[in-house]
Amino acid sequence: MQEEINASAVINIKGLCKSFGENNDVLKGVNLSVKKGENLVVIGKSGSGKSITIKCLVRLIDADKGVIKVFGTTINNLGEKELNAIRIRIGFLFQNSALYDSMTVKENLAFPLMRHSTKLSLKEFDDAINESLESVKLIEAKDKMPSELSGGMRKRVGLARTLILKPDIMLYDEPTTGLDTITSREISHLILEIQKKNKTSSIIITHDMTCAKLTGDRIVILRDGIIYAEGTYDTLEKSEDEWVRSFFI
Amino acid sequence: MIKLKLLTISLCVKDASLTDTYVKLLYISKVNFVVSSFKNIFNASKTLIAYLNSVFKDAGNVSLFTIRFFKEAVKPPFEIKEFVKQCYYIGYKSLTLVGITGFIMGLVLTIQSRPTMAKFGAESWLPGMVGLSIIKEIAPVITALICAGKIASGIGAELGSMKVTEQIDAMEVSAINPFKYLVVTRIVATTLMVPLLVFFADGIGLLGGFMGINIHSDFSLYHYFSKVFDSLEFIDVLPAVIKTFFFGFFIGLIGCYKGFTAVNGTESVGKAANTGVVVASLTIFIIDMLAVQLTDLLF
Repeated sequence: MQEEINASAVINIKGLCKSFGENNDVLKGVNLSVKKGENLVVIGKSGSGKSITIKCLVRLIDADKGVIKVFGTTINNLGEKELNAIRIRIGFLFQNSALYDSMTVKENLAFPLMRHSTKLSLKEFDDAINESLESVKLIEAKDKMPSELSGGMRKRVGLARTLILKPDIMLYDEPTTGLDTITSREISHLILEIQKKNKTSSIIITHDMTCAKLTGDRIVILRDGIIYAEGTYDTLEKSEDEWVRSFFI
Repeated sequence: MIKLKLLTISLCVKDASLTDTYVKLLYISKVNFVVSSFKNIFNASKTLIAYLNSVFKDAGNVSLFTIRFFKEAVKPPFEIKEFVKQCYYIGYKSLTLVGITGFIMGLVLTIQSRPTMAKFGAESWLPGMVGLSIIKEIAPVITALICAGKIASGIGAELGSMKVTEQIDAMEVSAINPFKYLVVTRIVATTLMVPLLVFFADGIGLLGGFMGINIHSDFSLYHYFSKVFDSLEFIDVLPAVIKTFFFGFFIGLIGCYKGFTAVNGTESVGKAANTGVVVASLTIFIIDMLAVQLTDLLF
């Protein structure tokens, strides 16, 4: 079964280790795989290395040990050009959206598009921005500055910016953190919509169990730098392990 | 204190065994003193070594940063639009500040130099002296210091906050080279804009000098400028112009380095801006000193 999963996996991580200084091993051999079109939710206590794992996936942080395969390519030692070719196919939604403060919403979306889709006509260019903003239902905020947006709107714009390059993989770093219950649910539904519409594979890091239930096809729990438990929401909720169950209370 | 107490005891009680104890205790206290002194010296040298280590580490990182700048600067694609935008912000937006400072510099220098020059009956040399001082030293250094305060801190804070809010990471994951987009454009812009700002400050400073002279005498603008240019030679101007490129380069480099390498946390943004100004200002004086020495040797 595991072999079968790995064969169709778009993301395959084996024995991922990362430490920061002496005696600070954050990841101690994480094994993870994500199938095409699958939404994988990663939960765990703060500081358990969830964000580090997805940052290693796009080489924002270099792993100390382990093999990371994305679309079947080992990315550990890829050169800049080859790595960028893979990065374009991965969308990353940061915890605080990471919108460019000095640019309007439209410019935020245009920034990656201008650099990677140089052959687009002006009309196609505008259409792509509008389409992306419409998919997150924020077309009216096109000319606003990030400082004029609410937390939920910022998340949506961040999402639109990652979607504009039509990624095959989406990485969400705590997409509902700092948002109210209703907005959190809206973002969770948006994640599902994106998965269905674009057939993306996703890794969603969250502490929000409602988001995990709504979006996750499978859930993994990180503990002490390794994958401690794995399964669907329902199976983990009924787990015999008290510590695992404590996440679902 | 212990010594004094023991001495009192030994004087009061003339007992051989007590004197013996006193000698032993005195010896122990001496040993303790020596040991604690060694400990203090050891701790002080440990702190010094740690400090030197961080200084050398920083110097090494700055060197790597500089090498990376030169590598990325010559590699296409070039971020022309961002470069022009930075030239506008760094150059055009600093004109007022540099202009006002330049004017005051020229005016004050003239007014303060006049009485001394008058004492020696050398008032007619005032335009030449003002011109030489402004063009050779005052305008380049003061303008560079103003730019260090305005530009290095601005760049340090901007890039620092971008780093802290993961905007730089966001660029990187969208396969955009943040170093090329943010660092190369800013360093090239400061390298080219600071000499132009110095040139502007030269002109405004000389005008300030002209106003200063005309407070007490009646000098025509033509006469003033012909006196200024008569006293200047190409060899006076050339080193002053060359050093301004270095000033600009280091202002950009230090501002970018401090901002780009800021660690996560809002505190580091302020720190990046602050240390950016301090280090850039210090670097300007060091470059100026080296430039003067080199000019003295060569010409």
